[in-house]
Amino acid sequence: MVGNLKPGSKLYEWFNDRLGLDELVAFAQHKTVPVHKHSAWYYWGGISLFCFLVQLFTGVLLLIYYRPGPDAHESVRQITYDIHFGWLIRSVHNWSANGFLLSVFVHMFSVYFMKSYQKPREFGWWSGMALLMLGLLFGFSGYLLPMDDLAFFATKVGLEIPNSVPVVGPTIASLFRGGSEVGEQTVQRFFALHAVVLPLLYLPLLFVHLWLVQKHGMSLPPSEQEKPVAKLKTIPFFPNFLLKDLAMWLIAMNVIALMASLFPWQMGKAADPLAPAPPGIHPEWYFMSPFQLLKIMGNLMPGALGEGVGMGVFTLGLALWCLIPLYDTKSAGGKRARNATYFGLLALGLYIGTTIWGYVGL
Amino acid sequence: MSVELPMNPAESEDENDEKGLTRGSFVKVAIGGMCVGYAGIIGYPIYRYLNSPVEKSAAMAAVSEVALKDADKLPLGTAMMFRFGPHPSMLIHHKDGSWVALDAVCTHLACTVQYHPEEDAIVCACHGGRYDSKTGENVSGPPPKPLTKFVAKVSPGSVVVTRA
Ligand code: FES
Repeated sequence: MVGNLKPGSKLYEWFNDRLGLDELVAFAQHKTVPVHKHSAWYYWGGISLFCFLVQLFTGVLLLIYYRPGPDAHESVRQITYDIHFGWLIRSVHNWSANGFLLSVFVHMFSVYFMKSYQKPREFGWWSGMALLMLGLLFGFSGYLLPMDDLAFFATKVGLEIPNSVPVVGPTIASLFRGGSEVGEQTVQRFFALHAVVLPLLYLPLLFVHLWLVQKHGMSLPPSEQEKPVAKLKTIPFFPNFLLKDLAMWLIAMNVIALMASLFPWQMGKAADPLAPAPPGIHPEWYFMSPFQLLKIMGNLMPGALGEGVGMGVFTLGLALWCLIPLYDTKSAGGKRARNATYFGLLALGLYIGTTIWGYVGL
Repeated sequence: MSVELPMNPAESEDENDEKGLTRGSFVKVAIGGMCVGYAGIIGYPIYRYLNSPVEKSAAMAAVSEVALKDADKLPLGTAMMFRFGPHPSMLIHHKDGSWVALDAVCTHLACTVQYHPEEDAIVCACHGGRYDSKTGENVSGPPPKPLTKFVAKVSPGSVVVTRA
């Protein structure tokens, strides 16, 4: 087994001649990972990667029984109640989706506050932002697929957002819906988006993102950069950091499995366009903040104005957030660096604050 | 069974060969066991998940009786198809008034066979296999075995087919 694959053994040489294992080993041995008091944040990208892999895997399994179109709700009901362990696969897919977005958010904010977006890592930041947007679209498009009442109304409400964009908005919303109402056509489209288009966009981008991380190595937070080089501690990537990473994956897997079996994902009644919306309707937690922001704006400025201003503020904030590597360029802690940190704190505070506010106001 | 685990890892390196179980190999076995455990815990639900329809059709195949409503009105010299569990099957009402129920899956490569009333024969379109329409006997072509014959009991309003 593994014992026979030691360098120098016949088997190892057989593979080495063909695959160049020596280079891999040399590479792995030279790669190091810094150790400091903020090291814990280095794991979150890996955890989100793990959740994404779980999504790919369970997604393919769900694909085996899921039928988009008019049968959507019935097929998810069958998966949940008729197929052996279907509830588990579906539940893992849902919990891991939440774990994915949660770890992506933690990853993003830790990158932000450690200022890891600075030269030469700008494209790492931008590819990460694009991955986050795609991740949110994954969440939005996947939410409709069971076609129960909550999903139906959440999608209706969600599609009102592009709808409120002047001129092109209604066209875009109709294209997503495949008509003027959310229905079979919408499920079919969202399914194509969720299971084909988004993965095709996501995977290459993910490889770019990972390659950039690999190319530039782990970034050091400013507090560490100031220290003399002799004082910086590192551990080898292989096997030390990799083992720690895998331990995190194991923990993540256990947490997902625990949540999925203790709190299996529920399913509502089949969507009925004529039935009134169920009370307390609200989006998933990761969309709660913009949802609440729009609600607040709508209360302050009634009518289309509130929605427009809300959307405007949100878009502006997002644009500033993406452009931060261009604004905060110096690694030393100057005024701009401090402003960037304040902006980050403001964004984090707003995001968490409006989310809590949204849940309290339900 | 008592096992001595050396507390000092440096020691264990030297003693590797002498003692049956050193710390190093214990950890290896433990990790290996854990991996096997996880593979089982993950693999079993996935296997059952994928296997669900297989189990369902196996349960259906175990059906031993099917009642065909109004099949007694089948005209003389014609045949009708029905499902015996998941299996396509065939009920023939012969010109002489006799009833024959047969499995309709060709014993060659599993195509569904057809009753030809003009020749009073059962024919398989895939490779030209032919069967006797009374007994299910394979008469010519590639089929190696006869079609399975069922018992058909006719009563007013229905025909009940059971395994022989
Ligand atoms: S399958 Fe019927 S003759 Fe070959």
